Amino acid sequence: MTASTPQKVILSAQDVAIYYGTKDAVRHVNLDVVSNTVNALIGPSGCGKTTFLRAINRMHDVTPNTRVTGKILLEGEDIYAADQDPVTIRRRIGMVFQKPNPFPTMSIYDNVASGLKLAGVRDRKILDGIVEQSLRQAALWEEVKDRLKTPATGLSGGQQQRLCIARALAVQPEILLMDEPTSALDPQSTARIEDLLGELKKDVTILIVTHNMQQAARVSDTTSFFLIGDLVEHGPTDQIFTNPKDKRTEGYITGRFG
Amino acid sequence: MTERIKAPPTRLGSGGDKVFRGIIIFLALCIVAIFVLSIYQLVSGGWETFSKYGLGFFFTSGWSPAKDSYAALSFIASTVLTSVLALIIAVPLAVASAIFITEYAPKWLAEPVSYLVELLAAIPSVIYGLWAIFVMAPIIQGWQLQILQNPQLNAIPLLHVDIPSGRGLITAVLILAIMVIPYTASISRDVIRLVPRDQREAAYALGATKWEVIWKAILPYARAGILGGVILSLGRALGETMAVAMVIGNRAALPTSIFDATATLASVIASEFGESGGLQLSSLIALGFILFLLSLVVNFTARAIIAKLTPEGIKV
Ligand SMILES: Nc1ncnc2c1ncn2[C@@H]1O[C@H](COP(=O)(O)OP(=O)(O)OP(=O)(O)O)[C@@H](O)[C@H]1O
Ligand SMILES: [Mg+2]
Repeated sequence: MTASTPQKVILSAQDVAIYYGTKDAVRHVNLDVVSNTVNALIGPSGCGKTTFLRAINRMHDVTPNTRVTGKILLEGEDIYAADQDPVTIRRRIGMVFQKPNPFPTMSIYDNVASGLKLAGVRDRKILDGIVEQSLRQAALWEEVKDRLKTPATGLSGGQQQRLCIARALAVQPEILLMDEPTSALDPQSTARIEDLLGELKKDVTILIVTHNMQQAARVSDTTSFFLIGDLVEHGPTDQIFTNPKDKRTEGYITGRFG
Repeated sequence: MTERIKAPPTRLGSGGDKVFRGIIIFLALCIVAIFVLSIYQLVSGGWETFSKYGLGFFFTSGWSPAKDSYAALSFIASTVLTSVLALIIAVPLAVASAIFITEYAPKWLAEPVSYLVELLAAIPSVIYGLWAIFVMAPIIQGWQLQILQNPQLNAIPLLHVDIPSGRGLITAVLILAIMVIPYTASISRDVIRLVPRDQREAAYALGATKWEVIWKAILPYARAGILGGVILSLGRALGETMAVAMVIGNRAALPTSIFDATATLASVIASEFGESGGLQLSSLIALGFILFLLSLVVNFTARAIIAKLTPEGIKV
């Protein structure tokens, strides 16, 4: 992104804390995310990356005993405000999971169309159009265009993950949350998905959790480093990786680079 | 440097494997032998009937010990009819209870409810039969008396009442439905619990409501298992003898009204076996053979359907 582009903050976490029962897994996180960027969340296992990510699309609502405090503003509006419907929020903030999870009883086409159908889209032409467009965005169209009606489970792991990305994109979210989307994939599939992100950010703002430092360095514009529930440091990826302000960030990054 | 500790040698070869293998094969063969033997017994016991009537025995109606003339069709039809009607009532209730237990009930309620449902399966069928006679039959008799007082209702063939005995098709169907609920319910509950969390979350993340998550993600994923439970229930319903024999009225004819007395394969065997001999006995054994075949067909179809419905990739 060039310096002259006006930077719009699309997502803003303000003093966010997340509790499992009485245990706080994430504390006092303040984070602004600029639209049309890729943002990496890094940190050692168990530091709360997944927990934080799932707060952003209100996924914690569906697990009992989990509580989120503070504010998360999507385009200036608190998604946890009383008048917000989590169903609508989740349509605006999509999610891709660590393990590919296509619906196994549905065809490739129906998987991609499933979100739209839930939203009430019935028009065949529109569905066809968006399914193709989403599959193209996920760089999967050429591989599956001749077998859209076949079961999604017939695809390879890497293809299934791109299918899940297409499925998430089909509802045209403003933000896409990705929790270690390539950790179950081979290097080639990983590379394909990494290449995708650069294209995707034209349409959608991305938050991606990764344990792979090179991946974070390659794909992201900004990086946030978490440690035991705290957001230790957040900034442009170049700066975090070459000139971290916090000793702990430096320790983690250099440790990982070996 | 400390010395590396060596694991001591512990086992004596694989000789035990061979013995174990032999025992297992022997036990498996025993089961096959029992299966073959029971087919042989049923066919030879019913041979007099099969040789007298041929295929006609299967495809005609009219069972009359008084005229010493026998045919199976009405029993086959009634057996299938009572079982299917019972499933139509039981399956929605069972699946609903499974959904309630897994998705809606708080823990303190889910546990006892699910235990109670399981307990239903442990009640001996004669108890169900007694309950049906003493509790259900009087209620149904009440309906029948009301219908008899209302000629317009009584003129509807499906609701026609001959004798207001409280026993007949509907009584058998209702008691069967109650009896098979626990099978479908507990299997559905287990398979719904096995639906991976990421399937639910995939649907939630696309903006599904809880209801939509259940319909679009959970039930499709679990459908093969649920169907397995339904087929198990069907098997139970087809063969259920005691409770049905106690309330179905035991009349060898096809029912035309839901209140008609009729008889299933199992119920006629139970009610006539004791005082029968000769061709009648042979015919009852032939009915047993048909019931056996029916169960086999149900089982094989079930396997085929379940294999087809099981999502690719989670097949075992
Ligand atoms: N459902 C839960 N109930 C209770 N504690 C939980 C739950 N989920 C996570 N935790 C705890 O919250 C903390 C943060 O977990 P989280 O899954 O967010 O870590 P993470 O950074 O995503 O780790 P990883 O890199 O291994 O995925 C951990 O200590 C974890 O044990
Ligand atoms: Mg995680």
